[in-house]
Amino acid sequence: MKGKKINSNTLLLLITIGLFVVMYAVGCVIYSSKGFTHLQTFLNILINNAGLLCIACGMTCVMLTGGIDISVGSLVAMDCMFLAVGMEQWGLNAGLLCVLVLLIGLVFGLVQGFCVGYLEIQPFIVTMAGMFFARGMTAVICTDQVSISQNAFFVGLANMKFEIPFGAYTNSKGVLQVPFVRLPVIIALVVLVLVFLMLRYTKFGRSLYAVGGNEQSATMMGLNVKLTKLKAYMLSSFLCSVGGICFCMNTMSGSVRQALGLEMDAIASAVIGGTLLTGGVGNVIGSFFGVLINGTISTLVKTNGKLLSSWSSIAVAALLCFFIVLQSVFAKMKDSKK
Amino acid sequence: MNKLKKITGMALFLPIFCMVLVMAVNIFYDIASGNFAFNFFTISIRNGVLYGRLIDILNRGSEIAILAVGMTLVVSASAGTDISVGSVMSLAASFCCMLLAGYGVSSTNDLAVPLLVGVLGGILMGCLCGAFNGFLVAYLNVQPMVATLILFSAARAIGLLLCNNLIVYVRNDSFKFFGGYTGFMPTPIIIAAICVIIMMVLLKKTALGLYIQSVGINKKASRIAGLNSAKIIFVCYVVCGLAAGIAGIVGASRISSADSNNIGLNYELDAILAVALGGNSLGGGKFNLAGSIIGAYTIQAITTTLYALGVSSDVAPVYKAIIVLIIVTIQAPPFKAYMKRMSAKRALAKGGAAA
Amino acid sequence: MDNHVVLTMRGISMTFPGVKALDNVDFTLRKGEIHALMGENGAGKSTLIKCLTGINAFETGEIHVEGIEGPVVNHSTLDAQKKGISTVYQEVNLCPNLSVAENLFIGREPKTKLGTIDWKTMVKKSEAIMADLDMNIDVTQNLEEYSLALQQMIAIARAVDMECKVLILDEPTSSLDDNEVEKLFRLMNQLKAKGVGIVFVTHFLEQVYAVCDRITVLRNGQLVGEYPIDALPRVKLVAAMMGKDFDDLASIKSDESPVFSDEDLLIDAKGLSHKGTIKPFDLEIHKGEVVGLTGLLGSGRSELARVIYGADRNQTGTLKVNGKEAKINAPIDAMNLGMGLLPDDRKAEGIIGDLSVRENIILALQAKRGMFRLLPMKEQIELADKYIDMLQIKTASRETLIRQLSGGNQQKVILGRWLATDPDFLILDEPTRGIDIGTKTEIQKLVLKLAKEGKSIIFISSEIEEMLRTCTKMAVLRDGAKVGEITESLTQETVMKAIAGGGTNE
Repeated sequence: MKGKKINSNTLLLLITIGLFVVMYAVGCVIYSSKGFTHLQTFLNILINNAGLLCIACGMTCVMLTGGIDISVGSLVAMDCMFLAVGMEQWGLNAGLLCVLVLLIGLVFGLVQGFCVGYLEIQPFIVTMAGMFFARGMTAVICTDQVSISQNAFFVGLANMKFEIPFGAYTNSKGVLQVPFVRLPVIIALVVLVLVFLMLRYTKFGRSLYAVGGNEQSATMMGLNVKLTKLKAYMLSSFLCSVGGICFCMNTMSGSVRQALGLEMDAIASAVIGGTLLTGGVGNVIGSFFGVLINGTISTLVKTNGKLLSSWSSIAVAALLCFFIVLQSVFAKMKDSKK
Repeated sequence: MNKLKKITGMALFLPIFCMVLVMAVNIFYDIASGNFAFNFFTISIRNGVLYGRLIDILNRGSEIAILAVGMTLVVSASAGTDISVGSVMSLAASFCCMLLAGYGVSSTNDLAVPLLVGVLGGILMGCLCGAFNGFLVAYLNVQPMVATLILFSAARAIGLLLCNNLIVYVRNDSFKFFGGYTGFMPTPIIIAAICVIIMMVLLKKTALGLYIQSVGINKKASRIAGLNSAKIIFVCYVVCGLAAGIAGIVGASRISSADSNNIGLNYELDAILAVALGGNSLGGGKFNLAGSIIGAYTIQAITTTLYALGVSSDVAPVYKAIIVLIIVTIQAPPFKAYMKRMSAKRALAKGGAAA
Repeated sequence: MDNHVVLTMRGISMTFPGVKALDNVDFTLRKGEIHALMGENGAGKSTLIKCLTGINAFETGEIHVEGIEGPVVNHSTLDAQKKGISTVYQEVNLCPNLSVAENLFIGREPKTKLGTIDWKTMVKKSEAIMADLDMNIDVTQNLEEYSLALQQMIAIARAVDMECKVLILDEPTSSLDDNEVEKLFRLMNQLKAKGVGIVFVTHFLEQVYAVCDRITVLRNGQLVGEYPIDALPRVKLVAAMMGKDFDDLASIKSDESPVFSDEDLLIDAKGLSHKGTIKPFDLEIHKGEVVGLTGLLGSGRSELARVIYGADRNQTGTLKVNGKEAKINAPIDAMNLGMGLLPDDRKAEGIIGDLSVRENIILALQAKRGMFRLLPMKEQIELADKYIDMLQIKTASRETLIRQLSGGNQQKVILGRWLATDPDFLILDEPTRGIDIGTKTEIQKLVLKLAKEGKSIIFISSEIEEMLRTCTKMAVLRDGAKVGEITESLTQETVMKAIAGGGTNE
């Protein structure tokens, strides 16, 4: 009895980690001349996808309950636009704006969570309405592209460099390149660790799993299923807003068409990371690797230089499809075993 | 009181009510802005074609109406929605234009292949996408919205790829026909009408409607009664893809080009909204095609009215999202139960007062 | 109240629309006893338990629980749990994706000083609980890694650890094998020794005699009686459940059984089976023959029929229909061979609730004709009217939604659905359940009439008398296997003995 057996869920996670390693190794071999082997390439993946990582953590929590949140991409666009317009046109304090953005996220999540948890409306419909609402509100705030350049505090935050004490190299011009990460990466990693701990060590975290595992059982065992769902959507939207701020530090602008299809990347990351669409199984560690795979694909496409950028979204969709089919096959195998 | 209940309980109450509401808003707007009160309804012939706000709504609403035909079936049979229709429209349009112009050509006046090949190719692409969705949903038991999420994001990207990341212009009169005019009548209206009529006839003359509703209401019992539930769900998705293909061709023909990023953008919401507004439950089962069609034109009327009121196309989704939320909330069982309890309480209070 | 009594239910009544589900039922549970609650389908066992655990609201009567002042009314299972009444159902109500330890402690996890979950303590406590019940398993593994039996016991362990006085086990053994049942019984006896009162609902007679101290029998929502185990031998128990005191029963001789020749053989099944529900069986059915499948609920009587029809896919053996080998992958294949199945679970597998009576009647015929050959509306109306008339279906109109009809009338609509396809072979699974006496007789007459027309019928019912009246042959099932056939001397006595099995009583 002792000794962990490898069940299908761990297998999914292992496949994901293996996939990432293989993908990255292939990149290193093919594009070694373009600097793919440097530590900075990896760190850049983290920097570019810090926002996505936050969002994927929230998405994982929602998906654990068996739900889904497709409003995140639009919400990020709304957050970025709000930050950009707030700083550039209204001249507000950046710190205050960040707090406001987080509050907006909470309220947004509260409404969605209420509709899903208490009104029992399908999560997809609710968050789709949320998605269009947020996208529309972005346009209400401003329809033009707004760049952030004047707010010294925010620009300072965004330009902060955290150097890594190893992996430095001298480039062809003889300049020493010290690998670094930026603030969003730190935020995202903190979020990752916090959510990981929350899922493992708090009652709420375990309730998410219980609700996704068997809603009826969870009710019978005395858990408040409705409230758990509501909180899950609030958490998702809140983390999405955190991700939105990270995202904004990367793009330093707001526009109506920003972060189009980001929800897709977040869902794909979670699913690739072994989160079951039916709920109850998954972990943010898996989602972390899902995000890395996602980032690696787009980095590979970019490094190639000749491929169209649409290839990366097609590749992600294909991967998503592959994992969905895999999950479905595993589920069927489990059924037939019984 | 009873009479009111009878009217509100009617199958087409919701869509017709909304339609009337929109018209009322239009009339008020016209009066307020000093126009002729029934400006909304006036139809005239200018430059040899029909002209008027009503015609505009019928014309612009064609794509949504066509999509609503397919979406209604999908919702009924699988209790889920196909959110890929907008993207599939774009893909079908791109594929059609790519065929007509030849790969890598960004603008053409001459057709590389016969018009029919291009158009059928586009429609076929739509069916293919529908079949892909249908396979995932019917045979692999993936939740409909998740299954269609794949094409929701991939189809547009594939379209871009087919067009070599360009906006492909097909400036050919024979292609413009689908989005243009037949005599004095806008062609999209005719195409939508044909789609709707064909589906109505199919529902009337075959057992399709009975099969779909039966599967949507009770999959297990339908199987025992001899229906192949998986196959029926699959067919619904293929039809939905077909509708998206047709709508995509119309959309591309209107602007004589395949603009992958913009064709069919946000149409999935409109199509779903049309079905819900038509009084159909998004939980599957019984459906009313006529309701969905009225719903589709109501959506377009709302959009057109919003534009007339000066709301930009980027902002319009806010209002639509709110309408969606209101409709699904009204349909939600907990809300219904709450309302029932409230009215029972009120009745009790009244009874108490009378006694 | 007697000191040893932990639970009393007095005069409990409740009605479902049109049916009196419980009629003035009493139930008494004493400390440290295992009390079997027996009855056939629809007898009211589960309704009684649901009244106790707060899932159903009863109309009259009182419940008293030891140590609680005044009558107790529960509004939810949670409510009941707080008052010391725990229930373990056939389907395990735990979360398969969580570890054993969590399943034991969810909702009341031990916390560290920081307010986080104290996994160490939780695991230690869980191990102690499981060891206490002689189960040494790794509690950090996910629940789904363990067998159903273990899951069942973990559910019981959770219930017990929450300090319950009354433990209800609702069909806990249906999916367990003999070994696992043995383990469960040991656990039950341990709990009994600790003074827990256990209500044991099962349809396995042997198990009742293996562990129980007392039996309460319900029938048609009424209390038949409460007996000490010794006072109610097996055959008498069956009689009590089935509704005939069989000592007093004058055996009804069936008509002269018609003689069937091999040429008339319609269904010839050899070694058909479906894993987990029915072991390989042979069955021959002739034209014009009415074959009864008898056995207690869960004995495999429905499952046997479902395999022939293709509702559950057959996995072994061969099936010949009219002498030709038939391959049935889905119900439609069976229908094309002239079969029809009236399923026992009317709501889940019979009616299409939101469709009209007319649509429900023509559905199977339409499925047989194919999508493109729609029955003309005129014919649909004629068919619907014909069967509404013939079966005397009480409905406001033929366009009324079927879910608005009473259960009996719904059943008749489904019957009409199959008659409309003009089948050669009809499987009727509990066609008379929840139907008033008059209609029952009509359906029985109809069965005989159809047989006379040369149609073959499988008839499944919990009421032996009804089967005796209609069947010419009976197949007896027990524990998922066909154990015999009775062709001669079809009497209540022989059938009951065959059902009870296991030889004589103790």
